[in-house]
Parts: sequence; C-alpha cells; structure tokens
Amino acid sequence: MNVRPEHALTFFSWLAAGIVMTAVFILIGYLLIKGLPIMSPALFFGDTPWRAAVMGIEPVFDGIYPAVAGTFILIACSSFIAIPVGVFCGIYLAEYARGPLKNIFSFMVDLLSGMPSIVMGLFGFALILLMRRTLYAQANTSILLSSACIALLILPYLIRMTQVALESLPESTRLLGPSLGYTRWQNIWHVLLPASSTATFSGIILSIGRAAEDTAVIMLTGVVANAGIPRALSDKFEALPFSIFYLTAEHRDELELQRAFGSALVLLTLTATLFLISYCIQRRFKRRWELGE
Amino acid sequence: MLFCALCITAVFGFLVYFSCPLLSNARGLAGIFSSVWKPFIGEFGILPMLAGTFSLAFLALVLACPLAIGITCFIQGLAPARPANAVRSLVYFMTSIPTVIYGFVAVFVLVPIIRDTFNRGAGFCLMTSAITLSMLIIPTMVITLEADMRQRAEEVRLGARSLGLTPAQELLWILLPCSGRGIVVAMVLGFGRAVGDTLVALMVAGNAPVIPQSLLDSIRTLTAHIALVVATDSQDQAYYSIFAAGLLLFLIMALLTVLIRTIGGRFGQREKRHERAS
Repeated sequence: MNVRPEHALTFFSWLAAGIVMTAVFILIGYLLIKGLPIMSPALFFGDTPWRAAVMGIEPVFDGIYPAVAGTFILIACSSFIAIPVGVFCGIYLAEYARGPLKNIFSFMVDLLSGMPSIVMGLFGFALILLMRRTLYAQANTSILLSSACIALLILPYLIRMTQVALESLPESTRLLGPSLGYTRWQNIWHVLLPASSTATFSGIILSIGRAAEDTAVIMLTGVVANAGIPRALSDKFEALPFSIFYLTAEHRDELELQRAFGSALVLLTLTATLFLISYCIQRRFKRRWELGE
Repeated sequence: MLFCALCITAVFGFLVYFSCPLLSNARGLAGIFSSVWKPFIGEFGILPMLAGTFSLAFLALVLACPLAIGITCFIQGLAPARPANAVRSLVYFMTSIPTVIYGFVAVFVLVPIIRDTFNRGAGFCLMTSAITLSMLIIPTMVITLEADMRQRAEEVRLGARSLGLTPAQELLWILLPCSGRGIVVAMVLGFGRAVGDTLVALMVAGNAPVIPQSLLDSIRTLTAHIALVVATDSQDQAYYSIFAAGLLLFLIMALLTVLIRTIGGRFGQREKRHERAS
C-alpha cells in the first residue's frame, strides 16, 4: 500500500492531538492522585481551629490558609484597580478613538500585553528603589505594590476583551440608540454596554484567573514564604503560586511537600473554575447572537 | 487610555534610568555583554542568559510548532466533530493552567524521566524545560492558527468540495499553503510567550549561568536571572545588570510586537487590493 501525503497528515494530526491530550491528562491526573488524599482541614489550617483562623484571631502556622487568603486579597485589590480602567479604555478604543490615535493606542496595548510579567515586577521593584532614594525612605515592597503591578499585567486583556465585545455587536444594535435620539454616550451606557456585558464579564473573569496564577510579578514585589495574613496594604503577604514555587525548591520534609501538592491542586481548581465560568458565559453569549434573540 | 500609554512609557523610562549607570560608560557596557557571570569577582556579563533565553525559546518552538499545526488540522476537519470539539475545549482549558503548575509537575514527573533516560546530570536542563515550555505555548499557537484557518476555510471550502477534494486533501493542498501568514504569526506569538516566561525556566532549567553546549546542559534565562538576582544578591552592580536584562527583554518583546503588526498589516493590505481587483 502506498502512503499518500494526506493520510500522513491525518495520522500526524491524530498523533499530535493524542500527545498533547495525554500530557494534559497526566498533569491533571498526577495532581489529583497526589493532592486529593491530603485534602483536609489540617492542610488548610494546620493545628489552628478553623473558625479562629478564618476570623483572623489566631495565626495559622502549618497550613496553606494564609496563602489562599493572600491570593484572594491580591485578586480583589488588583481587580479593583484594573477593571474600571480597563473597561473604560476598552470603551474608548472601540467607540471614540479614530485614525492614527487609535493605531498608536492599540499598539501600546499590544506592547503592554506582550510584556513579560517579570519585567512588570521589575518595574514595581524599581519604583520602590526610586521612592527610597527620593521621597520616602521607608518604602518597601507590599501587597499594594503587587496589586498595582498585577493590575498593569491584566489591563491589556481587559481592554481587548471590552473592545472586542463592543465591536462585535451587530450593526442593528449599534444604530438602536441614535435612532431613538440618544447621544453617543447614552447609547454606549444604555444600549451597547448592557448588550455586550456578558462578553465583557467573561473577559473580566479570565483576567482574574491571570491575576491568580501569576508568580513572577509578586516574586519581585512583596510576596514572602511566611507572612501570615496581611493586616494592612503595606504588609508583605503569602500567595498560592509563590508557595508552590518556594516549597518545590525548598521543602524540608514530607509534610511541606504535601503542602505544595495541596496548594497546586487548590490553585488549579481556582483557575479551572474561573475558566469554566467564563467559558460557559461566552458560549451563551455566542448562541444568543447566533439565534438573534 | 492616557493612563495606559503613561504606564508603558514609565516602564520603559524606569528600565533605561536604572540601567543607565552601567550602560553609560564603555567599560560597563562591555562588562554587561561579556560571557562571564561571576559577581564575586566583579564580572556581570549577561550574554550566557541571553543565549539561554534564545536557545530555550527556539527549542520550545521547534517542539511546539509541528504539534500545534497538527492539532489545528485535527480541529479544522480531520477529526469527527465530537473529538474535535473536545480537543478544542481542552486546548482552551490549557490556557488557564497556571505556569507554576506546569513547572511543578515537570519537576516531579519529567525531570526524573530525563535524568534516568540520559543518565547525565540532575535532569534540570535545556531539554526538560523546552518540553515543558512547549506545552505552555501550544495553546497560544493553536488558538491563533485556528482563528486564521477557520476564516480561510470558509472562503475555500465550496471550491475545494466542488473539485472533489476530501477534507484531508483540502487541508494539505489548499488551507495549509494559504495560511503561511497565520503560521508565522502563531510562531512569533509562541516565541514571545516562551521568551517572556519565567517560572518554567526558573524551576526546571537548572539556572547555571553558562552558554549551553548541549541539550542536557543546565541553562539560565534572562527572566530567571532577574528573579534569582533580586532574591539573592545585594550588590549594586548586580542590580544594574538585571535592569539591563529587563531592558533587553522589553526590546525583544517590542520588536516581536512590531513584527506581528507589520505582517498582519502588509497581508491585510494585499488582501484588500485583491478584493478590489476581483
């Protein structure tokens, strides 16, 4: 039998899909097998009673709870900074910017989204160095600085998602407002934004996932291995991705290694959940426009 | 919007400002671009890291590119609808897996395999990190390539079917040759993602500041170098060298961004002309 090139291509594409799928299943399966048996309150809270730990009355020493809490605080702060700025930039790019200005701005957004996260962290680090030399000698890396740098990292995704959501609205919806005598801004606020809100929302959730997973930025801007739960925005903090990294390199005993597996599974669950929510929203949004409801 | 532009300018300005003391005199410049990194005797060359970054990103790209093209073909018509959708969903899911988890699993699964197979060194080497990194950049490449190919497929499908081509023939003889631009853009994006990644290299590549000679050598990338120096060294000169590394990374990424835009722009124009002519 002679092998024809298109058969080779078919075979190769099945092979490629098989290899990558196997790799992903090994990755997830390995984490589940190693991580599930150790999922217990003790993993999160150590010896501290969980009520006291959650209320912040007693510190947690042998658990991953401070890292989980740190990650959530980080997500909250960076979203608080990035979401308003990102959404408004997206609106501006989609509806207001025209001509060369639009080109320049969208190039800037591309540039920002291509920036390696470690460079963003280095920027935060340099900011602190500069502040120490000039205005404020006690300046130090903290959760506030981390949030600001993470916000900068997810900003381009938010801008692009909002912009694409607005630009993909059908022409009929776009003309609805002006035909009723709305001004440009009224049209955006009352018609276009609500109509595109599901897509924008799924973009927001995706960016939250990125904020949760990034390690390089926080490594340079204030995360440490043992800090407890931050009491103020100027405190250092712990975070899940960093404790995974740290424990992988520096684990001293079996217990710490188990904590690394636990953290990895918790982090993967968190990002996977965020991804699923955003995926479902996107599918519903797409179907709605395809059906023309 | 202005805020965004301001941030970019600020990032660039800071990097230049802080690497200035080193770049301004010739000795400093030569010191940075030397191939010896021995901070204790005052040698701060970052060339080994630059070589590490490029060899790692290139190798990851070589591994990822055929796989990404294969998967895109799989999704685009070589597989029945149900497996194709499953693989597409999985590829999208891969984007949400944290980098640190790729690195984490690689340390415990892939490193022992490499160590036992080749029986040399600790397993933390160029090859291990390139394999891990290729898993990281495959989803980026597949998503870009698939979006490009789907658009093209709609244009040519009817013609191809009327010629009696099977889906596999259509892909091989028409779609793949047509989507050269898509492949190039996907490769540039994947390369950028590989250059910019920190965690995989930091966790798996071994971090020895030497110019790699073989696949089993331990390497250090620019990104990992920044992380390591901030974590350990405290001499001023070492700090300057990481700003130089940051500046280099910034310039590489800016170059890649410009590259993607010019490729996209040039082909966009050609297509417009094509439409007008027809």
